[in-house]
Amino acid sequence: MKIYKYGDNVDTDVIIPARYLNAPDEKSLASHCMEDIDADFASTVEAGDIVVGGGNFGCGSSREHAPLALKASGVRCVIAKSFARIFYRNSINIGFPILECPEAVDGISAGDAVSVDFSTGVITNKTTGAEFQAAPFPEFINGIIENGGLLKSLKARGVAK
Amino acid sequence: MGMTMTQKILARSAGLDRVEPGRLIEGKLDLVLGNDITTPVAITEFNKAGLSSVFDKDKIAIVLDHSTPCKDIKSAQLCAACREFAGEHSITHFYDVGRMGIEHALVPEKGLAAPGEVIVGADSHTCTYGALGAFSTGVGSTDMAAGMATGTLWFKVPSAIKVNLVGRLGKYVSGKDVILHLIGMIGVDGALYHSLEFVGEGVASLEMDDRFTICNMAIEAGGKNGIFPVDAKTIAYLKGRVDREWQSFEADPDAEYAREITIDLSALRPTVAFPHLPSNTRTVDEAAGKPIQQVVIGSCTNGRLKDLREAAAILKGRKVADGVRCIVIPATQQIYLDAMAEGLVADFINAGAVVSTPTCGPCLGGHMGVLSDNEWAISTTNRNFVGRMGPTSSMIILASPAVAAASAVTGVVTDPASL
Repeated sequence: MKIYKYGDNVDTDVIIPARYLNAPDEKSLASHCMEDIDADFASTVEAGDIVVGGGNFGCGSSREHAPLALKASGVRCVIAKSFARIFYRNSINIGFPILECPEAVDGISAGDAVSVDFSTGVITNKTTGAEFQAAPFPEFINGIIENGGLLKSLKARGVAK
Repeated sequence: MGMTMTQKILARSAGLDRVEPGRLIEGKLDLVLGNDITTPVAITEFNKAGLSSVFDKDKIAIVLDHSTPCKDIKSAQLCAACREFAGEHSITHFYDVGRMGIEHALVPEKGLAAPGEVIVGADSHTCTYGALGAFSTGVGSTDMAAGMATGTLWFKVPSAIKVNLVGRLGKYVSGKDVILHLIGMIGVDGALYHSLEFVGEGVASLEMDDRFTICNMAIEAGGKNGIFPVDAKTIAYLKGRVDREWQSFEADPDAEYAREITIDLSALRPTVAFPHLPSNTRTVDEAAGKPIQQVVIGSCTNGRLKDLREAAAILKGRKVADGVRCIVIPATQQIYLDAMAEGLVADFINAGAVVSTPTCGPCLGGHMGVLSDNEWAISTTNRNFVGRMGPTSSMIILASPAVAAASAVTGVVTDPASL
């Protein structure tokens, strides 16, 4: 696995530029993911890689295409200091793992080997040996994630038919 | 501890007497909104989940505004999917080319937003309707699908930042300058997960179009929503547009705020934001002289009648500078008609500007004004991110209609008062 590390305010326009929103299928979105700030991302990313961002990750446009593009690229999760709220909702709603943990962001460098235990929120930097505890999700949100997304969760609860 | 305006609206939507910041609630929705980019993804999710019907065909609005009139085959196919879904579910408020406008100008104009209502839209600038005392916020496509199916959605109750407005705006200073100044002060994540609640004696002097602009860009400070109290101007705006009952909410005197900020409207200068963040603000005095090649006047932020009047007042009898392209986009068909009736459209065309049908086009680098390499634009839109309006080397300065129009005349960033 590889780490892709970016700075603060990674906006959804750079995660997936608007010029590609006319083709919202997963393959197309993945092929242009991050290209305006990291031209090599789409050609080098592999299943299991982790994106590490600074504060306000996913700010700007509400496009769900952004977490969809990262998920379709094979990204295992995003670890950031904080998330913009619509990106946060969208990731939970599509069952894409995100972890808020400022200490982990500061303690992970590109090239490190990192493992994540989603059940406990523990992030381990295997290169340095450091362990970090991400903020836990409230039970309600855990329910959405465990059901595989918002719509599946609503179906499971019998709210949506 | 008392509640803020937003907390009161959310409590009512969840059937609760009171809520506290951080609490997760499920609230009833008064309107679910989507556009031609986000609705197709919502439709896919809706169908994939095997959902069969919408909760209320009168409480869903689908507006084809982003890539319309369609810029390419793929966009046309997305619009066709929206059209088909709207037909299949008999969606009352479906706005296609010829009737559509930019959604956040159109929804209030058509009376689809009222004080105290809870509105979600699969578009980040849905926060605009806080100008009417509604709770409105941007969500994603899966949220839109869930909202259309169930009429409810989960929310985390936000804490609020109280923005106390005092004084009144001077000449050539508008709502855009207020919100850019605020974002410059608190940063693009300064209101993350928070409401921005605008109160104070300065509110009364702000026109509705200025309040729409201010709430529209709450998201650019990371805000969940922006909201104004309801006053005589709000009620005058609602008259003839909203005939259903509505309820307005004021914050309790002992409501708790995460932060309080005071802005003296009288002291504000025209303000612009340089690349690549809306928080990278400078006064027009600091920015004056920077050459630009394109001017865009329009968008959900600044495509309303007051915006066009302010731009036309500067362009009337003047000419767009050689080497500058000036694109004016009335946000709705009604605004277009009003601008024609007032002679504003003729003023723009005589000055050498182009006037377009309503569309979000250039704001997101879609069509109707995409930039080329290394070009600089001054734009009344809301985002100046890397690559937003063109290649990554293109640059955007965010500004008010008055500053954008003055800059069109000179070809450099210009204080309207200096013309």
